[in-house]
Amino acid sequence: MDFLQYFIDGLYIGAIYAIIALGYTMVYGIAKMLNFAHGDVIMVGAYMSYTFVSASGMPVYLSIPIAMVICTVLGIVIEGLAYKPLRGTSSLAVLITAIGVSYFLQNAAQLIWGPAEIGFNRLVNAKPFLLFGGKLRISPEAMVTLAIAVVIMVALTTFVNRTQTGKAMRAVAEDRDAAQLMGINVNRTISITFAIGSALAAVAGVLLCSKVQSVSPTVGSMPGIRAFTAAVFGGIGSIPGAMLGGMLLGLVETLTGAFISTQFSDAIVFLILIVVLLVKPAGLLGKQTQEKV
Amino acid sequence: MMKKILAMLLAVLMTVGVLAGCGGADVSGKKENDGASVIKVGTSGPLTGDNAVYGVAVKNGLELAFEEINALGDLQFEVKAEDDEADSEKAVNAYNTLMDWGMQIMAGPTTSGSAAATAQKCAADKVFMLTPSASDPAVIAAGDNVFQICFTDLNQGKASAQYIKDHNLATKIGIIYDSSSPYSAGIYNTFKAEAAALGLEIAIEAPFTEGTKGDLTTQVTMCQQANCDLVFLPIYTSEAVKVLSVANSNGYAPKYFGCDGLDGILSVENFDTSLAEGVMLLTPFDATATDEKTQSFVTKYTEKYGTAPNQFAADAYDVAYAIYEACKAGGVTADMSAEEVNAIMVEQITKMSFDGLTGQAMQWGADGAVSKDPMAVVIENGIYVGMD
Repeated sequence: MDFLQYFIDGLYIGAIYAIIALGYTMVYGIAKMLNFAHGDVIMVGAYMSYTFVSASGMPVYLSIPIAMVICTVLGIVIEGLAYKPLRGTSSLAVLITAIGVSYFLQNAAQLIWGPAEIGFNRLVNAKPFLLFGGKLRISPEAMVTLAIAVVIMVALTTFVNRTQTGKAMRAVAEDRDAAQLMGINVNRTISITFAIGSALAAVAGVLLCSKVQSVSPTVGSMPGIRAFTAAVFGGIGSIPGAMLGGMLLGLVETLTGAFISTQFSDAIVFLILIVVLLVKPAGLLGKQTQEKV
Repeated sequence: MMKKILAMLLAVLMTVGVLAGCGGADVSGKKENDGASVIKVGTSGPLTGDNAVYGVAVKNGLELAFEEINALGDLQFEVKAEDDEADSEKAVNAYNTLMDWGMQIMAGPTTSGSAAATAQKCAADKVFMLTPSASDPAVIAAGDNVFQICFTDLNQGKASAQYIKDHNLATKIGIIYDSSSPYSAGIYNTFKAEAAALGLEIAIEAPFTEGTKGDLTTQVTMCQQANCDLVFLPIYTSEAVKVLSVANSNGYAPKYFGCDGLDGILSVENFDTSLAEGVMLLTPFDATATDEKTQSFVTKYTEKYGTAPNQFAADAYDVAYAIYEACKAGGVTADMSAEEVNAIMVEQITKMSFDGLTGQAMQWGADGAVSKDPMAVVIENGIYVGMD
């Protein structure tokens, strides 16, 4: 019964990692860059939700669309100001810029909302369902989070596979220069990718802070790193891979914490990652690309 | 030939440089002593970052106390606070900045990790150090001139276990602590040893680290699955509010017992303080106490800074007065060097008996620890109520 309880807990945090990982994987797949500021966009989304909820007293779920809109704008602005001018330069320059953006967002949040932890209202304020005489608890919030993650993944897959913009994204991911020659607006496509990634980050931010019930300027950085790991684990660039990676990471983390050691759960998680990458370098669902010589 | 001349020239220049260096140090040493008419007291603490609430409280407490002391008209003090973000490396930088400024007495740092690093420097440089709140025993172990005004982690862990045993609070105890923090791990170790000696059952030990402190659900669930009826929280408020909130939404309501790190839990923004009802914690300072000294301090502090003082502010306030009394008794003057002040302060502090906000008749041993008993309070209706 304990195992089942931790399994559910693991799926809950895993679903949140999965949503964050989707953002990482899309941006990496299409823009070929690691957006290390992604974790901090999560934090901004959470603070936005907190600000609107505490100012107007609206329920948390109503604040999600507002946070999404603001983060979408933020994502496009970051991309336009910090990343677009560096397009075509070395990927190292873009990476360093992303780290700079990350610090900028964290410190800006510290200035605006202060450095201390602030309580965060729950998305679904209800007692957990009790099964097996109270031995197993399933929180309604966990079910909502899982459902949201699945809906997002299905919607994203459909979008990428069925729409004109999705086709453009796949084309840019495959070969940027060829896509441009075919008349695809590469800059616009990359901007759209950032917009979608940032909107997802806002959702993840609200779900994450609603789970831990607090928000602080560094709330997004560790989950961001873990979700990045999850994206690599599942195969970076692959949408179902990010989903699978996030879920597995959440499960492994929770189960090793509960049954081996909460102190070393991170070490064990990353050890597993290394082993998986040694056996399958492209990640679980990643495409093995062959270099033509 | 040219090369030889050049080498000679350089050697001469270097020798002159070394001599000039010596002279320079002498001159600057004199200047800093002659020019000053105030005794310079430095402190460092987290003024920004996660633990800013503690560092700012210490800074405020010191400033308020020294304002009062300066108004008395005899000895004059100047206090300077540097930000160390609770990071030991930054604390050493802060210490160096303060020494450049001409610090004669160190009234800090706030947190244990920083204080342990600064204590090494103070011991080596012979600068008197009295920390308001760094409770790790490693801090005072650094040297004979390093003192604490707060009770040590050793005391807190032991006193918590004894308190739980004496009042029969628990049959199964769960501990959630931060294994990456010297403060939290220190209390955990002594608590565990004392609990074993007293025959208390610790059912679950659920540590977290700097990297995993964002989400403490697993730790809470572990305590819940094991049916712990008391959860011991030797941690700071920012993590404690997560534990309380997550436990509440999981329908888990054990008793909670914490140490001085929980002080301030009632002032976390947007936190449902009704969840903290019944939480027990060790603190040497109770802002609701009715004695005149406490009341006057609380009123003045609230007027000046807009919030009620916590234990860290009270500790700092006591540090300022202890320094003042020791300086007065030992005849410390503003023109003495830090080393001269150090010798007098060490002698005075070990023979004084000090009455402050956080305890009566406090005395310091040569090891640097203060004799002061932790006091347990329980949160009732949003205020601390003393327990016996």
